[in-house]
Amino acid sequence: MKKRLVEIAHARSGDKGDTANVGLIAKHPKDYPLLVKQVTAARVARHFKGMITGKVERFELPNLRALNFLLHGALDGGGTISLKTDAQGKVFSTALLRMEIEVSR
Amino acid sequence: MTKRLRIAAGQGFWGDWPEAPYRQVTGGPIDYLMMDYLAEVTMSIMQKQKSRDPALGYAKDFIPLMKRILPILAERKIKVTANAGGVNPRACAAAVAETARGIGLQGKLKIGVVSGDDLLDRLDGLLARGHTLGNLDTGRPLRDVRDRVRSANAYLGAWPIVDALRQGADIVITGRVTDTGLTLAPLIHTFGWGANDWDLMAAGTVAGHIIECGAQASGGNRLVDWQRIPDLANVGYPIVDAQGDGTFDIVKHPRTGGRIDVAGVTEQLVYEMGNPREYITPDGIADFTTIQLRQVAKDRVRVSGVRGKPATDKLKVSIAYFYGYKAVGTLVYAWPDALKKAEAADRILRQRLKDLKLDFEAIHTEFVGVDATHGRLAREALKAGDIPEVQLRIGVRAREEAPVDRFTREIAPLILNGPPSVTGFAGGRPKPEEIVAYWPALIDKQVVKPMVEVVEV
Repeated sequence: MKKRLVEIAHARSGDKGDTANVGLIAKHPKDYPLLVKQVTAARVARHFKGMITGKVERFELPNLRALNFLLHGALDGGGTISLKTDAQGKVFSTALLRMEIEVSR
Repeated sequence: MTKRLRIAAGQGFWGDWPEAPYRQVTGGPIDYLMMDYLAEVTMSIMQKQKSRDPALGYAKDFIPLMKRILPILAERKIKVTANAGGVNPRACAAAVAETARGIGLQGKLKIGVVSGDDLLDRLDGLLARGHTLGNLDTGRPLRDVRDRVRSANAYLGAWPIVDALRQGADIVITGRVTDTGLTLAPLIHTFGWGANDWDLMAAGTVAGHIIECGAQASGGNRLVDWQRIPDLANVGYPIVDAQGDGTFDIVKHPRTGGRIDVAGVTEQLVYEMGNPREYITPDGIADFTTIQLRQVAKDRVRVSGVRGKPATDKLKVSIAYFYGYKAVGTLVYAWPDALKKAEAADRILRQRLKDLKLDFEAIHTEFVGVDATHGRLAREALKAGDIPEVQLRIGVRAREEAPVDRFTREIAPLILNGPPSVTGFAGGRPKPEEIVAYWPALIDKQVVKPMVEVVEV
């Protein structure tokens, strides 16, 4: 069955210039492997297609059962240049939580 | 080792809760109050203030805050580290000293000032000597925007603060020092850590990262389980309760709101994260994939296992430069067909801007309530017909002020000559705003000379 990430994970994001970061954290340790397997950089790039202009990088933090994504070109120039409400990517993380992944059970 | 050190976060940014520092120094025992005031663009705002008045250019509200808590600090022997000095740490220190004398603390207080981060007057010399200060994101050399630079500051680390503490400073006021250095310095000073103890440098850096955003680590702006976080009205800001071996706990004062747990600390750890294996500071590189978190008691999370690597021979430089102008206008459209009305207004406005032949670098439309934060991802899930209201938010950006100014006069007319059911324009015509943009760069550590002065009040 499919579940939205918001059901099994939480997230926090911030900015570095025109790059938004999204830290995605499994609520329960057992779900971390699901995130590692399914929430790939390529999948996240597809999820945000049209919303970011650069590439997506992914880093693994098994110690925190978290993945960190860098979304390049996500903020219309970033910081003071950006015309976006979320110019500093503060809530970009919540948009990732809309993604659906396949879970057993 | 039984010695412990308690470092309390009092401000997570310039403009954070004025009550927090007072509550930190009165709510229970602490050794240090750490206050982070500087965000990336803050320095240019302070530079502008300094250019109008040479006695300004620092976080002004630090002074009344100090007036309020200095007697408590003196009585309880609590020391302060704060980067409130901005682009004028000496003036900030002078104002604090004057305040301290005014409340009878003459001869009872030493103030340390850390400067040397300000490179604005040295830029031409540095460029001439081959320091290109290229933009870390775009690779462009600084000479492309040299004539538009408003401020340039190297990020100093913990060691100049340590120096001030060793000279007996009670209050250390700095310019552009890393957020994490404000916490690492008291740890180094208290426990006698060495500059090449890379794991300890990393541990202190992680401690600083966890508390540098204030309550964001103790229940504020926290997603998981947010509806059950108790008593945020009375939130306790985080405190590092450290031992000398690099292990530390994150705690808060008793009888305060909020929550300290592994999930919340984890959210703060991933905030503004780049490559987690290389969290680079002037004091060393921390590997965030080695951090171990454990809930050891209610509202007490133990942090251990942090590993570090040697520091690089560079410092980051934060440069602010004039970029252009922008303005944002908003109007609110009501049901029925709120979104359709807002979309029609957007089309009409864009047609008019086009007919005026205005030259914009960007025009950006958002429908707040529909797609402002989640873009098309939210639109795909939307039942548009039922939305009670939508805010049309349209912004423009240009290198020149004139087209932006002209744009600001095109919002209000839509109220009577555009789609119906429109309101929410009480704020009047938007104002063109100067854009001062951020230019991150690196510079050789050896060319930056931190300066430390300690003076008795």
